Amino acid sequence: MSNTEPLAEVRDLQVSFVGRENTVHAVNGVSFTVNPGEVLCILGESGSGKSVTLRALMRLLPPQAKIEGTVRAAGQDVLALKGKALRDLRGGAVSMIFQEPMTALDPVYTVGQQIGETIRRHTGASHAQARARALDLLNLVRIPSAERRLDAYPHELSGGLRQRAMIAMALSCDPKLLLADEPTTALDATVQIQVLILLRKIQRELGMGMIFVTHDLGVAAEIADTVAVMYAGRVIESGPVGRIMSDPLHPYTAGLLSSTVHGQPRDQDIDAIPGSPPDMRRLPTGCAFAPRCPRRRDGCRTAIPAERFPEPNRMAACIAVDEAAFA
Amino acid sequence: MSQTATLPASPDTFEDQAAPETKIRSYWQSVGYRLRHDKMTIFFGSIVILIVLAAIFAPLLAPFDPYKESIIGRLKPMGWRNHTLGTDELGRDMLTRLLYGGRVSLLMGIVPVIFATCVGGMLGVIAGFMGGRVNTGIMRTMDVFYAFPSVLLAVAISGAMGGGMLNGMLALTLVFIPPMCRVAETATTQVRSLDFIEAARATGAGTFIIVRHHVLGNVLGPVFIYASSLVSVSILLASGLSFLGLGVRPPTADWGLMLSTLRQSIYVVPVVCALPGLAIFVTSICFNLVSDGLRAAMDVRM
Amino acid sequence: MLDSQMEALTDMATASATVELDPRDRGGAQQPLLIVRDLLKHFPVKGTGGKSVQAVDGVSFEVQKGETLGIVGESGCGKSTLARLLLHLIRPDSGELVFDGDPVDAPRGITVSALRRQVQMVFQDSYSSLNPRMPVRDSVAFGPFVQDTPKLQAREIARDMLAKVGLNPDQFGPRYPHELSGGQKQRVNIARALATNPRMVILDEPVSALDKSVEAQVLNLLRALKRQFNLTYVFISHDLMVVRYISDRVLVMYLGRVVELGPSEKIFSAPQHPYTRALLASQPSMDPARRMEEPPITGDPPNPIDPPSGCRFRTRCSFAEAVCEASSPGLASIGGDTAHVAACHMLDRASGHSLATAGSA
Repeated sequence: MSNTEPLAEVRDLQVSFVGRENTVHAVNGVSFTVNPGEVLCILGESGSGKSVTLRALMRLLPPQAKIEGTVRAAGQDVLALKGKALRDLRGGAVSMIFQEPMTALDPVYTVGQQIGETIRRHTGASHAQARARALDLLNLVRIPSAERRLDAYPHELSGGLRQRAMIAMALSCDPKLLLADEPTTALDATVQIQVLILLRKIQRELGMGMIFVTHDLGVAAEIADTVAVMYAGRVIESGPVGRIMSDPLHPYTAGLLSSTVHGQPRDQDIDAIPGSPPDMRRLPTGCAFAPRCPRRRDGCRTAIPAERFPEPNRMAACIAVDEAAFA
Repeated sequence: MSQTATLPASPDTFEDQAAPETKIRSYWQSVGYRLRHDKMTIFFGSIVILIVLAAIFAPLLAPFDPYKESIIGRLKPMGWRNHTLGTDELGRDMLTRLLYGGRVSLLMGIVPVIFATCVGGMLGVIAGFMGGRVNTGIMRTMDVFYAFPSVLLAVAISGAMGGGMLNGMLALTLVFIPPMCRVAETATTQVRSLDFIEAARATGAGTFIIVRHHVLGNVLGPVFIYASSLVSVSILLASGLSFLGLGVRPPTADWGLMLSTLRQSIYVVPVVCALPGLAIFVTSICFNLVSDGLRAAMDVRM
Repeated sequence: MLDSQMEALTDMATASATVELDPRDRGGAQQPLLIVRDLLKHFPVKGTGGKSVQAVDGVSFEVQKGETLGIVGESGCGKSTLARLLLHLIRPDSGELVFDGDPVDAPRGITVSALRRQVQMVFQDSYSSLNPRMPVRDSVAFGPFVQDTPKLQAREIARDMLAKVGLNPDQFGPRYPHELSGGQKQRVNIARALATNPRMVILDEPVSALDKSVEAQVLNLLRALKRQFNLTYVFISHDLMVVRYISDRVLVMYLGRVVELGPSEKIFSAPQHPYTRALLASQPSMDPARRMEEPPITGDPPNPIDPPSGCRFRTRCSFAEAVCEASSPGLASIGGDTAHVAACHMLDRASGHSLATAGSA
């Protein structure tokens, strides 16, 4: 794999779940790239398709999912992999951490055993070697009394420690790409910031690329290099995190920023986005955000807005964003 | 209280975007919808309905008198002189006997389940909702009955009471109360810890009102599914009791009893003698499969 | 008249004018609507030989009429248990509640059911907050129905409340919970709580499970409803920013105890307790240029089963000393201002802590 090839490349990804009564179009044409050493944050609310997109990178989707498009990760065509090659990719070059460490860790094995199993499976190391490496990893994720914790069961650890153990497990085989699905959403604020700082440090130290899914703008601000904002299964804005937070182009991103509770004066209403997210079984024609958009106009409902690139590295899918204005 | 417009303009009354566009369907309506599209269940359900109808209308459908014996017409094969399914060891028409026997077998199968559901279900809901010592008292009593294998327990109770159809049904009811109670108790315990029950308590609702409005509706599902699966077991057990002579007395027609009396003649006309067994088997299996279909339709996460 | 006297008179006038008294009022404008004294609830843990989860361990505070008191804390702090204790959904082991001057569940006081006619609760939107087998309008009508309102009238109240929370009663009334979005369900929860016309509403993490854009809508709704129905709120959340926005006063809990209590702006501009400071500092900054390199506090909130002796925060506090292990600090007022108190030895000169002052600025 050459140095200039992106770590993850997704082009026009479409995922739909065919059910008995209806079909849910969870992802409707998502494209992005992640370079080595870069952190991409996929920002979106429930139903936006962000988790499904993430899981598509490892093909961790249920069998009734129909996937179309191009998905490349760590130099391989993920959608074409089968059997052993796919299993080698998962946990090997590409690794994932989840939201709920309690359910992601097997309760009947100790932490050391679980990490060791992943190591042995991917590298063929011996038990002793795997255990030594597991200890190294627990130290890397700053778990106090690591030696003792190797033999602890998941339920014996607190939420923050469990999450760190899961991160250790994900790092065990030196992944090049780390996928994180809202890993801090279920954690308390004081623990969340610790885990975020830890992830950032590890990502820098190991030179990994990371794709971090979240619904929290504050988290994105703490960890992302670039942000892709998703709505109703599409990326509606993307760009460097600083630019997006200070100068959002898409009305949805602007609405998210203004509706996040962060120090607004107490005697005024918060500037909220009206209405509810769309029903993914029945998407409206044209721009999915139009019913709730303060800037909607006639052209919005007729066609899905094309992507516009008003600045280098920035994209916004909104007809109100005029490229010429930034020329 | 004034109706002034101090509230923000309701965003959810915007157009049609906010209101869910799917048809309103109550839980039971969606169950019905799923069942209507489940071909297997419809197929087996139809068979069950046919069997039940045949049993109900036995006097109209039966070609012969179920009690009319015939010395020369004993153990004749299928098709002999208008006897479509042959005759039994006393010369009575098999088809007639099967139809009439269905009445007894189905009755002995279904009635105990209905009573056990009512009694066991009620006990289970009480145990589940009250918790604590009431729960321990009820559930541990049930455990005592659980210690006995159901067949032995049914035989023991029925035998102690002297056999006969009513005693058999009573025995089966007693056998089924503990498992039904357990299912209801589990379901109730699960529901009890949910937030909307606490919300109901917070409005000051008493136990009885909460159970009636909130608990029963949610517990009915698992209980009903379990009851429908019990019917197939009950038919088997009822036939077993009759087979052992603890059910109806001869000459009443009953599938289990027929199996027992035809046992010795199996080498003479094997097919005819196996017919009551086939009836039991088919009925039981069909009830079982319908119950599975019901479970699949009802058990879907909303 | 002197300017200062004019000012004082105007202040008094506005103070009594802003609190519009409910027709059911008994204690007057100065009487706190709810007084909580030394509330305690321990849950014994089986099989550990007498150990218990010290969920709420001696909590005292007051709720003034017409205010929003925010209660904030992390997991294990006991705030959810406290919420349920306030409505007697869980019976306290000891301590007392006084509602508008009347002790609750005590001789010569009011009964718990009488309390529940004046205080209601909004639950966190979870899949279990509404009965899945009941149309939403029946869930809302259930409260008035239980409180002796005839069925038809209860249904009318339900329709009315659904409209007031922003849901068209004809469109949404017959729906089942699984057909509603998170925000819509939460509006139903609010309608359910308000259907019985309470004076005080306890909100237990009402927006925590919602997306941020919906959270903003619901917060706006809560504020409007408070004004319209002249309510008093106790708002419980783990989200400091939300609590800061919606509350007049804030109470910070840690492991079953109150560690700081005071006006919202004071708490956020000048937090006194090390835990409050750490909690505030842990909030993401929303500015990518100002990222934290080191976390303000390490470790997880400890287990409420075996809390540390003395000051419960000492295991994570960078200023902990011997006195912190020996005795637990009481709530000391900050700089003579009794409205702002914190439980820390550093604020009490008599404690013997090396950094103790007689109240900081």
